Amino acid sequence: MSEPFFEYLLRLGDDRLVLGHRLSEWCGHGPTLEEDIALTNIALDLVGEANLVLQRAGQIEGAGRDQDALAYLRTDREYRNALMVELPKGDFGYSIVRQFLFSTYAMHQWEALSACADTDLAGIAAKALKQSRYHVRHSAEWLVRLGGGTDESHGRAEDALNDLWRYTGELFATDAVEQALVKQKLAVDSSSLEAVWRRDVADVVARATLTLPPDGYMQRGGRAGGHTEHLGLMLAEMQVLPRTYPGAKW
Amino acid sequence: MTPASVVAPAEDPKRLADFEARIARGETIEPKDWMPERYRRQLIRMMSQHAHSEVVGMLPEGNWITRAPSLRRKMSLMAKVQDEAGHGLYIYCGTETLGVDRHDLILQLLAGTAKYSSIFNYPTISWADMGAIGWLVDGAAIVNQTMLAKASYGPYARAMVRICKEENFHKRQGFEIMTVLSGGTPEQHAMAQDSLNRWWWPSLMMFGPHDADSPNSGELSRWGIKRKSNDELRQRFVNMTVAQAKAINLTIPDEGMRFNEATANWEFSAINWDDFWRVVKGDGPCNRERLAARRKAHDDGAWVREAAAAHAAKQTESTEAAA
Amino acid sequence: MSSESRDNPLPLWEVFLQPPGGAAHEHAGSVHAGDKEMALQAARDVYARRGEAVSIWVVPSEQITASTPEDMGPFFEPGNDKAYRHPQFYKVPPGVRVS
Repeated sequence: MSEPFFEYLLRLGDDRLVLGHRLSEWCGHGPTLEEDIALTNIALDLVGEANLVLQRAGQIEGAGRDQDALAYLRTDREYRNALMVELPKGDFGYSIVRQFLFSTYAMHQWEALSACADTDLAGIAAKALKQSRYHVRHSAEWLVRLGGGTDESHGRAEDALNDLWRYTGELFATDAVEQALVKQKLAVDSSSLEAVWRRDVADVVARATLTLPPDGYMQRGGRAGGHTEHLGLMLAEMQVLPRTYPGAKW
Repeated sequence: MTPASVVAPAEDPKRLADFEARIARGETIEPKDWMPERYRRQLIRMMSQHAHSEVVGMLPEGNWITRAPSLRRKMSLMAKVQDEAGHGLYIYCGTETLGVDRHDLILQLLAGTAKYSSIFNYPTISWADMGAIGWLVDGAAIVNQTMLAKASYGPYARAMVRICKEENFHKRQGFEIMTVLSGGTPEQHAMAQDSLNRWWWPSLMMFGPHDADSPNSGELSRWGIKRKSNDELRQRFVNMTVAQAKAINLTIPDEGMRFNEATANWEFSAINWDDFWRVVKGDGPCNRERLAARRKAHDDGAWVREAAAAHAAKQTESTEAAA
Repeated sequence: MSSESRDNPLPLWEVFLQPPGGAAHEHAGSVHAGDKEMALQAARDVYARRGEAVSIWVVPSEQITASTPEDMGPFFEPGNDKAYRHPQFYKVPPGVRVS
C-alpha cells in the first residue's frame, strides 16, 4: 500500500477536484448571471484547493508526479474521492444541497487541519477554511430560500436532500490509513467531525423548513477506489487531451 | 435600411442642438439628462447586443472547461468565462439606466429578435480554439472596447473601463496557449495553425461591415458612441496581429496580404461578406445551438428565480405583520 | 414555458465598494437579487472577485433619491464662484509651507 499521508492527501484533493469539476459544469448555464458567477467562484476555489493539495501529494509521494499527472493520468480506480462529489450535477437544488452538505463537512475538516503537523497542509487549510466558510454561507442561504420559496422549490430541495443523504455516511468513515496519521497529527479523525456537522446541517435544514432524512444504508467505496458509474465518464472527458497526446505540454 | 425599433419622433431642434453641442465639447451624458429618443434607442440596441454577445460568448469557451488539459488551464479558462458573465452583467446594468429591464432584454435574445456578435456562432472544435479566441476574438474586442471606454454615455463608458481593466488577462492567456501549442509537438503546432485558419476571417468580420455599408455608423459617430470607424479599428487590429503571429511561428491564412510602406498598414485580401451575412442571418454553424443553450438555462432557472422572489415576498409579509 | 408570467425580474440593488486603503465607498454597478443577503452575496461575487473591496454596501435602487439635471444650476453653480472655499484664495509669504 502506498504511503498513508499520500493516500490521505489524495482523498482531500480528489474530493475538491471532482466537486469543482462538477460545479464548473454550471458555468454558462446558471439560473441567473449573478449565480453563474457565484457558482464558478466556488468551483474555482475548489479546483484551486485541489491544485495545492495534489501538488503536496506529489511531493510526499516523491515519484516525480506533479498535480497534473495525478489529476490527469490516474484511472477512476485510483481516485480516492467520496462518492457524493462525483454524482452528476443534477438541477440547481441538487447542486446546492450537495454543496451545502459537503462544504459544511469541509469547513470543519479544514478547521481541524489548520493545526496539522505538516505545515504545508496546515497553510493550505488555513486559506481554504476562509473560502469554505463562504461556501457554507452561500449554499445555506440558498437552501433556506429554496426550502421556503415555492412548493416546487421546496419539493426539489427535499428530493435532493433525500437522494444525497445516503452518501453522507462515507464522509465520516475512518480507517487504518487515517487512524495512523491522526496519531502523528497529520490527519483529522473523520468520525470526530460528524456531531458538529449534524448540528450545523440540522439547524439550516430547519430554517429551510425541510425534514432531515432518516439514516438508512450509507453508500461507500470511493476512499478505496470503488466508484459509481459516473466517475469514469467524467474522467474520460476531463483527461481526454493528456491521454490522447501522451507527453505533450499544454 | 433602418430597423423599426430605432425609428423615433422628430426632436425639438433647440434641445437637439444643445445636446449635440454637449457631445462636441466632450461632456458625458448621464441617465437623467435629456437625450434624443434615437440616441437612447441606439444605445439600448448597441449595449444590449454587446451584453448578449458576452453572455452567448460564454458558451463556445465553456465547451472546453471540462476538458482543459491542466489544472492551471482549467482555472484560467473558468475565470475567463466567468469574467464574460460579469461583463455581460455590467453592460446589462448600464443598459438598465436607460429605462429598460435586463429581463426583457434577455427575453428578446431568447426570442431571437436581438442580435449578438456572430463570432460566437462558430464551433470550438479543438483546444487550440481557446487560444485563438483569447488572442484574436478578445484581441479584436479590446480594440473595440478601448474605443467604447470613451463613449459619450457615462454608464456605458464606465462599464467599459471596468471591462478593459479585467480583460487584460484574456488576450494574454489566449496568446500563451497559442505560443505553447505552436512550439509543442507537430500535432500541437498543426492544431494551432488550423485554429488560426478558422478564426482569422471571422475575427476580421467582428469589426462589422465596411464603413460604406454600415447603416448605423454615421449617427453613432456623430453622437460620440463610436469614436472610430469599423475599417479603422479593423486595420489597427490587423497591424497588431501580423507581428504576433510571426513571433510564434504561425501563418496568417491570407496569401494576398502585403505591407504598404507608404501607409505602414498590412493590407489584407477582400473579406467574404456573404459568409458574414449568412451567419448574421441565422445560418452559421452554431446559431441554433447557442440560442437553445441560453433558452435551456433560462427555463431551467425559472423555478429558482421564482423561489428567490417568493421567499423574499414571504419575509416582507412576516416583517410587516410583526410591525 | 407556462411559468413565464410568474418569472418576474428580481429587484435591482446598487452596489458600493470600499477599496482597501481607507478611501470612501464608491458606486460599482448593480445586481438583481430577491433580498438583501442575496444581493450582498451577489455583489461580492460579481464586483469583488479581484480583491477590490474591504466592505460592500447594497441599497435597493428604488430607495435612492437623486438630484435631477434641472437641479444642476441651482444646486451646483452657486458653489463654483466661492473662491474663498479653496486654499488658493489665501496668500502665503514666499518660501513658507503652510500645507
